[in-house]
Amino acid sequence: MLEIKNLHATVDGKEILRGLDLSIAAGEVHAIMGPNGSGKSTLAYVMTGREGYQVTEGEILFKGRDILAMTPEERAGEGLFLAFQYPVEIPGVPNTTFLKEALNAVRQYRGEAPLDAMQSLRLVRQKMKELGVTEELLKRAVNVGFSGGEKKRNEVLQMAVLDPALAVLDETDSGLDIDALKTVADGVNALRGPERSALVITHYQRLLDYIVPDKVHVLAGGRIVRSGGKELAQELEQSGYAAFAGAAA
Amino acid sequence: MPPLPARRLKAMDATTPALSFIDQYGASRDHLPGSTLPWLSALRETAIADFAADGLPTPRAEAWKYTNLRPLEKLAFETVSDETISIDKLPTLLPHGEGGHRLVFVNGAFRADLSLLGDFPDGVEVNSLADLLARDPGALETHLGRFGIGEGQPMLALNTALMRDGLVLRIGAGVTVPMPIEVIYIGVAPDTPRAFHPRNLIVLEPRSRATIIEHHAGLGTGGYLANSVSEVLVDAGAALHHYKVQADDIDAFHIATSHVRLEKDAVYDSFTLATGARLSRQEISVRLADTGAECHLNGAYMLRSEQHCDITTAIEHEAPHTSSREVFKGVIDDDARAVFQGRIVVHPKAQKSNGHQLSKALLLSDRAEIDAKPELEIYADDVKCSHGATAGDLDHAALFYLRSRGIPEAAARHLLIEAFLTDTIRRIAAEGLCPALMASVGAWLSDAAQRGTS
Repeated sequence: MLEIKNLHATVDGKEILRGLDLSIAAGEVHAIMGPNGSGKSTLAYVMTGREGYQVTEGEILFKGRDILAMTPEERAGEGLFLAFQYPVEIPGVPNTTFLKEALNAVRQYRGEAPLDAMQSLRLVRQKMKELGVTEELLKRAVNVGFSGGEKKRNEVLQMAVLDPALAVLDETDSGLDIDALKTVADGVNALRGPERSALVITHYQRLLDYIVPDKVHVLAGGRIVRSGGKELAQELEQSGYAAFAGAAA
Repeated sequence: MPPLPARRLKAMDATTPALSFIDQYGASRDHLPGSTLPWLSALRETAIADFAADGLPTPRAEAWKYTNLRPLEKLAFETVSDETISIDKLPTLLPHGEGGHRLVFVNGAFRADLSLLGDFPDGVEVNSLADLLARDPGALETHLGRFGIGEGQPMLALNTALMRDGLVLRIGAGVTVPMPIEVIYIGVAPDTPRAFHPRNLIVLEPRSRATIIEHHAGLGTGGYLANSVSEVLVDAGAALHHYKVQADDIDAFHIATSHVRLEKDAVYDSFTLATGARLSRQEISVRLADTGAECHLNGAYMLRSEQHCDITTAIEHEAPHTSSREVFKGVIDDDARAVFQGRIVVHPKAQKSNGHQLSKALLLSDRAEIDAKPELEIYADDVKCSHGATAGDLDHAALFYLRSRGIPEAAARHLLIEAFLTDTIRRIAAEGLCPALMASVGAWLSDAAQRGTS
């Protein structure tokens, strides 16, 4: 599904990722944990093609295709989805319009017929019901006036509607109460299947109680410094990241 | 034409077209509508003397600091004659059903053959200025030229000197006009540039209500100068919704001056969408003359290539408990330039008044420009006033967010620009107009997408 080889990336001329290797097979859920500033969010933005994140070396293959030359919208069309750590507020764009535009853009990319307003609304409503997200979120402008929990629920709703092959969740658990955390976890777990994968980026082990990963990686100093099974998350919870501070150098 | 007073001649700093306008006046003064009426002739004489004294406005005048009419100098404008131009398709904004009202002016002259008056309620008088001057000029003497004073306003003075036709509307006391009144101004200049000076007089008597939708459009035939003036009186307890779509030809000059007077508890609600003309200026002056008077001056503009759009407003709070609210939003691409000058004066008597003003511009190119000049003059101590002006690029974070969901860049920009303008457009009360305005916005954006710049 995903193959990252020797990835080096800079932001404002400063090297943040320094030879990162990561491989996720179809159907697997991986977690990346690491201290602040280790490059977790940079990895998410490099994968999705954000402006200002320069790849200087290495490659990212997604379903066997090099995505680094693709625009962010093409990557989304290919089935890559990022749940943002800080979802962006967009005044004046109704959430329903946004979901419909995104859904049809992705469908068009995949060669599927666009859905009309009624059809897309039906699909969105069905996903909301499954996720236990309130109708209220549809009526408002995208993320405007949403609480922290509502914003994260909206991310999971978008993920469910767009049906990605690989979902990257960037600190989706930050600032969430236990109910919102469960909604997010349910959303990700509902997507799990033999053809789908997820990459959960988190600072804490808490989310991994609900989304149980197949593999856990520790990111420090712009590299994966250790990989293991789900028990690695528990170990980190007890020992902290101090042991990896040296690994960065 | 009698000689102008020496003092004025001495002060005259007239450019070539100014002289040509003065000549036009001299040649046509005996044939202008109402030329036998002493009061009107006196008004025109004063006006042309004022115009001759000032000449065409230049950036040396504070009110015209950012707008230069020099391009006018390169064009020889022909005075509009009585030629009848055939119009194949009316640029109407409203899905007119039964009983709608539509008045059409071509190069400033009323065209009964293209208009559709519909059934107005009793107490409503709709006339063309030329017709009324011929038939019942007494009805005009009280108001015409009384709200719009030409001193220091050369374009208004020029209009007064050369005006021939326009809309004269009187809504009687207590009358509500249920359907919007659409007024279409078409500019046509098939061979040589034309200049015309429409003059509108709108009087809403106490407690009356009406909605006017102005649509200014060209037929893509060439350059013209539309120099219009509207005098508006909204009497006690009356409410006027006054909406305007300015989609003049890209070679046209659109100068529009409005003087609005509001009496006790009167409401003036205006909105302008400007997408046309190579150079446009909309100047609105509102006097909140009695307690409880309220005005909303809102608008949006979308500019590209080398378009220039000037919005100049002056609001005078003359009485206590008066309020004004003003929001103008614009999208500026290529080498286009916008000007927003917003003046709010709160007079010493106008306690407990509030005035709020906001100008926001989206600059889509590095060369696009806006000059925003808010001016607040407050002479009362118990008032609430604010102003703000912002200019910036599209929000990059929002753009990436949309693109990361699969929405292509052009469509994402389209969504964000539309969203930027939507909230002002949605405030319009006239049903049926919002879709037409959003369609204009959509058409502008599709053009931009096709040109690949936006």
